[in-house]
Amino acid sequence: MKPAPFEYVAARDAADAVASLARFGDEAKVLAGGQSLVPMLALRLARPAALVDINGCRDLEGLEESAGTLTVGALARQRDLERWARTRSPLLRDVLASVAHAPIRNRGTAVGNLVHADPASELPALLLCLDGSVTARNAQAERVVRADQLYLAPLTTSLAPAELATSARFALPPEGAGWGFAEVARRHGDFALVGCVAILSLDGAGSTAHARLGFFGVGATPVRSAAGEAVLVGREPTAARRTEAAKAAAAALSPDGDLHASAEYRRKVAAVLAERVLAAAVGRCQEPR
Amino acid sequence: MRRAVTVTVNGAAHAVEVEVRSTLADLLREDLDLTGTHVGCEHGVCGACTVLMDGVPIRACLLLAVQADGREVRTIEGVAPSPDELHPLQEAFRAKHGLQCGYCTPGIIMSAFAFLEGEPAPSEEAIREMLSGHLCRCTGYHFIVEAVAEAARRLAARGKA
Repeated sequence: MKPAPFEYVAARDAADAVASLARFGDEAKVLAGGQSLVPMLALRLARPAALVDINGCRDLEGLEESAGTLTVGALARQRDLERWARTRSPLLRDVLASVAHAPIRNRGTAVGNLVHADPASELPALLLCLDGSVTARNAQAERVVRADQLYLAPLTTSLAPAELATSARFALPPEGAGWGFAEVARRHGDFALVGCVAILSLDGAGSTAHARLGFFGVGATPVRSAAGEAVLVGREPTAARRTEAAKAAAAALSPDGDLHASAEYRRKVAAVLAERVLAAAVGRCQEPR
Repeated sequence: MRRAVTVTVNGAAHAVEVEVRSTLADLLREDLDLTGTHVGCEHGVCGACTVLMDGVPIRACLLLAVQADGREVRTIEGVAPSPDELHPLQEAFRAKHGLQCGYCTPGIIMSAFAFLEGEPAPSEEAIREMLSGHLCRCTGYHFIVEAVAEAARRLAARGKA
């Protein structure tokens, strides 16, 4: 349970970090909160030649809400996001309460969680449903990668080894939107066997103006369900239509089976959770504000 | 690869040289002989190694020792006010038999310590949620829940006195 030897580099700022990453080619890993990376080192699932520690990079700190967009710096801890969410976003508050446990969230970063790309993790699915993106830079240039172009496979993103994720952006739900979040896990704080998030808003006539339905734990990457959303958009989200959307969404998933849950079980639970979160989202749309 | 680290533990400053792949748990146990911090799973799940860094609970097995440079750490050895007096949290665990096998107790005490600072009158649900980060190998946890609730009462009574 001890990491294999590595070279340790404490980066002074983001520019210094990407210079170090460039120097090691694809042999280095970025150390932020370390709550996923250090276990992988301990289990020797990862054996990087070098760790580039970004914890001293003041230019990667910060968490800022502006004009409906939340920007989270690479060093913002999940706990920082949770504190912000307590007064600003009940959706994020609920989602973060399901991410591991307080001592983990005290160190773990939101951006690190996003680019670790565990398919059973909550935040990547939320990034997809909030039309989010990750900003990354290497020694030469910076680019913005949209959430729907970020996740390729389990623990694999479209970021290059020499790129550092410097921040993430979430578009907060439109005014008056309702939301729902639910997951099934073996124990509170564990990775989800299946999880689901929905965001809905209605137009003046009561039809669905905006719909996002996302899943995690049901395949190689987090998924946004075009099939489920299509059933809802432009129509009234009645109970029957929500059931139809949940069924269509679950049918389009291709979950894997493992020790904890079969693929069939995951698909069934996905349909049940989708119905629940859609009902919750509709209920919150109709709540007086 | 080795690095020099200066860390304050339970109020005392220590300068040690550590292997960069060693963790804060290793530094505490191997270099400082503070073996009250236990290591169970060594990958962040069991919570036995939880300590406070700058007042905040963290997993000592998931922090590299070099990352503790310049920081202030509090371990189970730094909870009791004196060698012959227990902290109210420790007294409550003794009074309510809140130990079970006892292996992960140091981590639970450290988490509960920070938890009760932020939430001095917690609900049972909140206590259980806090403890869910410390499911080690035992089961039950009822006496542990009661011990944390009792500690909250004792701390409140002490605050009023």
